[in-house]
Amino acid sequence: MAQAVSIKNLSVIFGKEKQKKEALELLDSHSPLDVRKKTGATVAVKNVDFEIEEGELFVIVGLSGSGKSSFIRTLNLLNRPATGTIEVGGRSLTEMSKDELREYRRNDVSMVFQHFGLLSHRTVLGNVEYPLEVQKVDKEERQERSMDAIKLVGLDGWEHHMPNQLSGGMRQRVGLARALTNDPELLLMDEPYSALDPLIRREMQNELLKLEDEMDRTIIFITHDMNEAFRMGDRIALLKDAELVQLGTPEEFFKNPANQYVKDFIADVDKTRILKVRNIMRKPTAVAKLGDSRETILETLKEKDMQFIYVTDDKRYFKGFITLEKLKKSKAKTIDNLVENDKTQIYRNDYLQDAWGKLSAATFDLPVVDGKGRLRGILNHDNVVDALAK
Amino acid sequence: MFRIMNALLEYPENFTIDVTGPIDRVVDWIGETFRGLLDAFVVFFTFVLDNVQWTLQIIPWWVYILVVGIAGWRLYKWPTGVGLGTLVFAIGLLGYWEGTMYTLTIILVSVMISFVVGLPLGIFMAKSEKFEMILKPILDMMQTLPSFVYLIPALMLFNTFGRVPAVVATTIYAVPPLIRLTYLGIRNVDEQVVEAGTSFGSTSMQMLFKIQIPQALSTIAAGVNQTTMMAVAMVVIASMIGARGVGNDVLRAIQQLDVGTGFAAGFAIVFLAIILDRLLQGIANKLDMTAQEGEDA
Ligand SMILES: Nc1ncnc2c1ncn2[C@@H]1O[C@H](COP(=O)(O)OP(=O)(O)OP(=O)(O)O)[C@@H](O)[C@H]1O
Ligand SMILES: [Mg+2]
Repeated sequence: MAQAVSIKNLSVIFGKEKQKKEALELLDSHSPLDVRKKTGATVAVKNVDFEIEEGELFVIVGLSGSGKSSFIRTLNLLNRPATGTIEVGGRSLTEMSKDELREYRRNDVSMVFQHFGLLSHRTVLGNVEYPLEVQKVDKEERQERSMDAIKLVGLDGWEHHMPNQLSGGMRQRVGLARALTNDPELLLMDEPYSALDPLIRREMQNELLKLEDEMDRTIIFITHDMNEAFRMGDRIALLKDAELVQLGTPEEFFKNPANQYVKDFIADVDKTRILKVRNIMRKPTAVAKLGDSRETILETLKEKDMQFIYVTDDKRYFKGFITLEKLKKSKAKTIDNLVENDKTQIYRNDYLQDAWGKLSAATFDLPVVDGKGRLRGILNHDNVVDALAK
Repeated sequence: MFRIMNALLEYPENFTIDVTGPIDRVVDWIGETFRGLLDAFVVFFTFVLDNVQWTLQIIPWWVYILVVGIAGWRLYKWPTGVGLGTLVFAIGLLGYWEGTMYTLTIILVSVMISFVVGLPLGIFMAKSEKFEMILKPILDMMQTLPSFVYLIPALMLFNTFGRVPAVVATTIYAVPPLIRLTYLGIRNVDEQVVEAGTSFGSTSMQMLFKIQIPQALSTIAAGVNQTTMMAVAMVVIASMIGARGVGNDVLRAIQQLDVGTGFAAGFAIVFLAIILDRLLQGIANKLDMTAQEGEDA
């Protein structure tokens, strides 16, 4: 897969010019803390290397002050790196001219801000169309594209409201819509949900995951919340005191934590929030199809010692279940009229925590379906307990 | 011994330098060198003043009451509208309608010039640190000077009494708050909002006109309000160099110890000040309400 973003030996230093120069010389041989003591300059990011793949949802996590913002802000050059190279789509940011940089910001990258950064003097629509307005896209097209983005984040009907009339969650949706109107290759999100309360936050995370599923776009997402990081990230980079501690998938973090710091960091990550149903579901022992004969299915159940069987149509769309009892009592030729459906099913992309309510109440295997309603597997209460015990 | 003591106690009589001569010469030089320019200036602003005054006078008195009343009602609540309308009427009742129109002309023109000059200066000051370093001490100094000091250069430059030097003195006196508040308004725009603008590739002009000025609008409006109030205060003093109007009536009353006239004319000016202040304040508040995000943002 193509490399969307390639970062080599990147450092960000804050301070006066003279301090920075001194700091740069000490950088490799001293810790960021020592550098600050000696020179007064703050090393916010130190010698970081990343390769971020196209279409990846890359999460950067770390405590406050670990340099997350300083890093992400180099990707649209709100911060200039002290050393190192940044390539986005094969182009080096630091070598861009002023005009090239402006074009890059207009077309290829956009940012969602922690405190939204909305233009409070403009309506929702006025905010969302701003990125196109600065590019002088004509009014009709710009409004059309903005409305598409507004609909995408579920704010249609609100386009003529002012930001101060919206709730926090809605404001951040405006921020997201605004970042999507210029259809950027690279979406930067600096703690976009930290200012939101937990429920809304959860909702926004899910929405972003859904959007991400439908779009082809590299996203770099910053958070200081480990749970959020593991929920969202394809891969996660953990920063500590300006340096990269570990980089990997959530599973890798659990299997091989790089050191004690990482172990402590992930210690209170709630696995139910990370593992998804699809990660632990099982294949059904047998599945009946509409049109199957009652006799055959009855045989199958007896043979496999099953109390009931799930039924799909021939395109695997989930239809319901039939119990052994009903099969025995009936005289029908096919199973079609015997199918019951109590609508209990779980989605394969649900996190275990979300599915837990349904699972804990059931003493038998529940059907797992995909977004279109096709049967993909089965799962029961014991499977979850086993997975989490590991 | 005694003589030394004396010299220390009393300032020696002949130990002075004469600065009046050089200053006169500098001012004369400016006057002569830029005579043409200054004359053109006088002609132009006389023209502006005449037109503004003509416009103000052609509008019937009851229209003022109506407009001010309605504006008060829309900007606040209806009692404010009634109150402000009554104040307009009171100015007429006191017998100072003509004088107030005359004074209002000078105020309006001064505020207009202040706006045209002050806004760009405030913007430059916010954008350039060098310019800020130069302008800030000047503004600080201007605010500590007593107001009649401004009369002198205005008088000397134009070498005549009249409305134009009065407008110039009033403008110089009144413009600092507008510069300062424009500067503050632009500097205080939420940093994340400015960054958002940058991150979407705004040019610095787009940043200024689409983000910074609109965001600073309520602060700028407060600056206009303060500048207007300063102009109202200055107009009385400017009547010393030939601005007629209510200010002049107050001044004459003071000189002649005519307490009754002094109070009546004084009330007219106070009423004018209250009306202008309330209206401008109301506009600034309205802008503030539409411009500010909620607290939790
Ligand atoms: N503009 C700046 N000038 C000077 N120092 C800065 C600046 N921005 C950040 N820093 C310093 O750089 C270090 C890293 O800060 P940064 O904002 O990147 O951390 P962060 O991981 O984003 O933290 P948070 O979770 O609080 O946002 C901190 O020590 C901070 O004080
Ligand atoms: Mg940060």
